[in-house]
Amino acid sequence: MPHILVDHLRKTYRISERDPGVMGALRGLVSRRHRTVAALSGVSFSLERGELLGFIGPNGAGKSTTIKILAGILRPDGGRVEVDGRDPFADRERHVARIGVVFGQRTQLWWDLPVGDGFDLLRDIYRVDPARYRRTRDELVALLHLERVLDQPVRQLSLGQRMRAEIAAALLHEPDILFLDEPTIGLDAPSKLAVRDFVRRANQERGTTVLLTTHDMHDIEALARRVIVIGHGRVLADSPVEALRAQVMAERRLVVDFAQDAELPAQVAGARVHSRDGQRLVLDFDPAVTAAPALIARIAAAHAVEDIRLEGLAIEAVIARFYAMHGAAEA
Amino acid sequence: MNLRELARPYVAAFASRFLQMLQYRTAALAGFATQCWWGGIKVMVLAAFYGGASMAGAPMSLAQAVTYTWLAQGLLALLPWLGDPEVGQAVRTGAVAYDRLRPVDAYALWFARSAGWIAARVLPRAALMAAFAAIALPLAGLGDWAWLPPASVAAAVAFLASAALALLLSASMVMLLNIAAAAALNERGINALAGPVVVVFSGNLLPLVLLPDAWQTALLLQPFAGVVDIPARLYFGLMSGTQALVGLGLQCFWIVALVALGHLAMERTMRKLEVQGG
Repeated sequence: MPHILVDHLRKTYRISERDPGVMGALRGLVSRRHRTVAALSGVSFSLERGELLGFIGPNGAGKSTTIKILAGILRPDGGRVEVDGRDPFADRERHVARIGVVFGQRTQLWWDLPVGDGFDLLRDIYRVDPARYRRTRDELVALLHLERVLDQPVRQLSLGQRMRAEIAAALLHEPDILFLDEPTIGLDAPSKLAVRDFVRRANQERGTTVLLTTHDMHDIEALARRVIVIGHGRVLADSPVEALRAQVMAERRLVVDFAQDAELPAQVAGARVHSRDGQRLVLDFDPAVTAAPALIARIAAAHAVEDIRLEGLAIEAVIARFYAMHGAAEA
Repeated sequence: MNLRELARPYVAAFASRFLQMLQYRTAALAGFATQCWWGGIKVMVLAAFYGGASMAGAPMSLAQAVTYTWLAQGLLALLPWLGDPEVGQAVRTGAVAYDRLRPVDAYALWFARSAGWIAARVLPRAALMAAFAAIALPLAGLGDWAWLPPASVAAAVAFLASAALALLLSASMVMLLNIAAAAALNERGINALAGPVVVVFSGNLLPLVLLPDAWQTALLLQPFAGVVDIPARLYFGLMSGTQALVGLGLQCFWIVALVALGHLAMERTMRKLEVQGG
């Protein structure tokens, strides 16, 4: 049985609307207008124990909604969710004792309490055995370098420190599943690396099942072996990272700088002209159709060339293209 | 799971909020100063009131009414006219999502935190008020305007029990405000509505026995009487013996009723709650 099972999940939100301006506000006093927006329209996937899944998609695609339903915060309108055999919403108290959740944009620690006091409160709320708690906490504090912030109130922490403290807070009760909703948002490079490194270890060493949403493709490249792309409340792709990359990255770019007096060709067989700028010609081609060495050899033989540079498209560009391909870019 | 383990999250939540609120000394001192000032004005108004009218059949002597005023001022933070600001903030920022992630009864967790929030505001202010009105005023030769001791030892015990119930009752009312804030996604409107109702019907504005005779039964039966007026009546021995038990029973009844209502309302609200954005 899969650890997490999501089957034709549906969720709609009711959004109130009014026309802008004074008249719109006055009209709003008399009659309210509502619109239903489908956040999820039939999302299905499953996850085995110990898997690490990356969840990507444009803003408003339904990633967070899915996580909130899996965490038992939101009640789905239709479809089936099972986590370790539990219904997250109906079985909330039993369910949440076994999961850890981090929302990158919100804080679960108490603003005015020192980090250590917040941890102690969570120990009691989750009814963790004190000796076991001390062991887990000391381990998390060491791994996430939190020694120096334990005595500081949360409001005085930097974003990087806070996010590391948040992740520790989500793991004090040793959950089987970790949901991370944009855990690296706004972090500087060293903090991002620390978070990624820690998540990888939790997954590999403890066997924690991890579901991670992010807009940072480097998170996905560094961590996930499998990725789900979601858009308009549907699963657009569910594949290994390499497969996704191969599927969308079937595009290479060749940047050719011609010699000063050489004339630039209008067309190059087997490639598409992307742009030209002075003596520079930028070509896009599909390596499955045109082999890169052959293309380069052909150009070099026919023209006086100063430099040739081969580029893969940046993964961000790949994903943007993928969203556009599926009409999933944010409306 | 034994009882201690069962109660552990809630005790911890109460203690943490209590200790956190106790740190705000400036707020306690400022609150105390304001309450002294208003207490002084109320005492003067009462004196004029008692001096001008024929008070032969009054249900409460001037000295008692003055003591009542200091008592009510000392217990001002017990009045449930504000939702717990922490809940309000959690609702506005969406951090309320995390409260849904705790493996405990969500109502009980908020209740414990709100009770800690109230208790930590009441205790220092009540102690300061007692020091001022029961000790400092007589020493300054203003004994006529002082806070008098309770009618008897029995009255003192009944008062303490009733004050503890008043804390629970107040927390159950604050919980309704919290839930309304969660349902409306904002706490300001409901707080503005609650204020005047609570001040009048709890007896904070005027002892309830001084209000018209025809209303007396209804005034005693309504839930807000349990926050200030019933504890005060027990303090003066205006309710004793069986009557005292009736007073405590009324408080218990309203606690049970409001907790049940709150629990139900919370469940409904949480079903509809949509934690948006992010």
